[in-house]
Amino acid sequence: MSEFTAAVPTPADTSGTAGYTPSAVQLERERYRAARRRRERLTAGVCALVLLVVVVVAVVSSPGWAEVHAKFLNGTEFRRYFGQILHGFWLNVQMFLVSEVLILALGLLVALVRVTRSPGLAPIRWAATAYVDVFRGVPTLLLIFLIGFGLPALQLQGTPSSPVVLGCIALVLSYGAYVGEVFRAGLNSVHPAQRNAAKALGLSEHQTLRHVILPQAVRNVVPPLLNDFIALQKDTALVATLGPLEALRVAQIGSYADFNYTPYLAAAALFIAVTVPITRYADWLQRKAIERQWAEAR
Amino acid sequence: MSEALLRIRNLRKQYGGKTVLESIDLDVAEHQVVCLIGGSGSGKSTLLRCVDLLDTVDDGTIHLGETELTDPRLNADAARRRIGVVFQSYNLFPHMSVLENVTLAPRKAHGIPRREAEQHALELLERLGLAEKARDYPDRLSGGQQQRVAIARALATKPELLLFDEITAALDPELVGEVLDVVTDLKQRGLTILMATHEMGFARHAADQVCFLEGGVIRERGTAEQVLSEPRHPSTQRFLARVLEHK
Repeated sequence: MSEFTAAVPTPADTSGTAGYTPSAVQLERERYRAARRRRERLTAGVCALVLLVVVVVAVVSSPGWAEVHAKFLNGTEFRRYFGQILHGFWLNVQMFLVSEVLILALGLLVALVRVTRSPGLAPIRWAATAYVDVFRGVPTLLLIFLIGFGLPALQLQGTPSSPVVLGCIALVLSYGAYVGEVFRAGLNSVHPAQRNAAKALGLSEHQTLRHVILPQAVRNVVPPLLNDFIALQKDTALVATLGPLEALRVAQIGSYADFNYTPYLAAAALFIAVTVPITRYADWLQRKAIERQWAEAR
Repeated sequence: MSEALLRIRNLRKQYGGKTVLESIDLDVAEHQVVCLIGGSGSGKSTLLRCVDLLDTVDDGTIHLGETELTDPRLNADAARRRIGVVFQSYNLFPHMSVLENVTLAPRKAHGIPRREAEQHALELLERLGLAEKARDYPDRLSGGQQQRVAIARALATKPELLLFDEITAALDPELVGEVLDVVTDLKQRGLTILMATHEMGFARHAADQVCFLEGGVIRERGTAEQVLSEPRHPSTQRFLARVLEHK
């Protein structure tokens, strides 16, 4: 027996992709895969529908349902307060947008200070570490109380007295500590070889950070940052404790007036309407990041 | 003559609109070593990934014995249990000792009792000169040692077919020999191996068949002597000239 089992002789040259027609085997395979995909989609749809029906039936047939329906899902109450709550919610959105920008700046600054190695900056580095330790350790609500009631009590000249501004300061300080840590993790996640490569090109520490490390770090931390911003969007409601007429506060007032919880549900619906798209966007970004890594691994 | 163990017919693979494998016909008979050579991007690795079901093919068939690997109804896990794969970058599990790396698949995928799996693993490691490394973790080993552990891991499930994807390409030159010696030993023990390699010297003495790939097509094939010493296709001649120039 010859050791060499030659298969079909190789064609000298093959034509390009244009002349290709799928074989019968391949067409049958594709039909089977399409059928399987349809079957899987159908299974998923049926399962979801059954679950939904079970949950709805269980809730609606519960003994207290009529009471809950009247107290939480009251159409008249909803119509009466929705406009006001929406108006209040606009304040939440404003607080969110302004705080977000400040948090990003503060977080990045804190992270950069914490990763620098220059000895002259050591006191600032210690201060940044202390800041993160303290403000990440204190519950956000407690911080809002401390700043909202404590700062004006100092009666210093120029301290803001608006509860919205005070609330935003508390949010920025609290989230700045978190976001600083996210950025720092991102900076540390860039492979050390990248730093060496940049140094080898003669870039200064500052230039290395600015042009090589930071762009990669930011790309890596976008999904966790969005996660923090979803939390921030909800936590703007904590500022309600200082009294400004934002969505939760307006809903609370409505609820107390009519002894009905529907306004709270209306406020909840508004928060969901904003956070769900951000969540989906964060998911999408994360998936893209995974695909990118996978392509690199190939 | 009986049918070959691995039979690839009219295989086609594309990524996006780009055809990366086209009209591939290849037989690997039992106890044969077949080497795939060719430049980077020629399709060697993709071909191996298709055989191990890590990529789905876009046309054609692959048979392993009686089983059609390209059948979408196939239980891919069951089929993969019959094939051993070694990658260029070792891919050992860093959180497991050498012994745990080697016994994972026999114990979990094949349901072999721990004692039996460990005994077989230790025999394998002994044969590959790694007996005293069994309790070490991969980060304590050299590249050559890691790759030999990866080979032991692939062998532990007694596969019918071994796929080696440029297993020496990431190694320091002085460590290449120890890994290739293992492959030579496997050949002598009668294992069936399909491998992509850049080691022409190794292919010359170990391969029963050498296939030269370029642009996703097998341009030339034959015995090692034919393809490497008297290449007929101009692209094979060019490729070999380029490779040997730097030796």
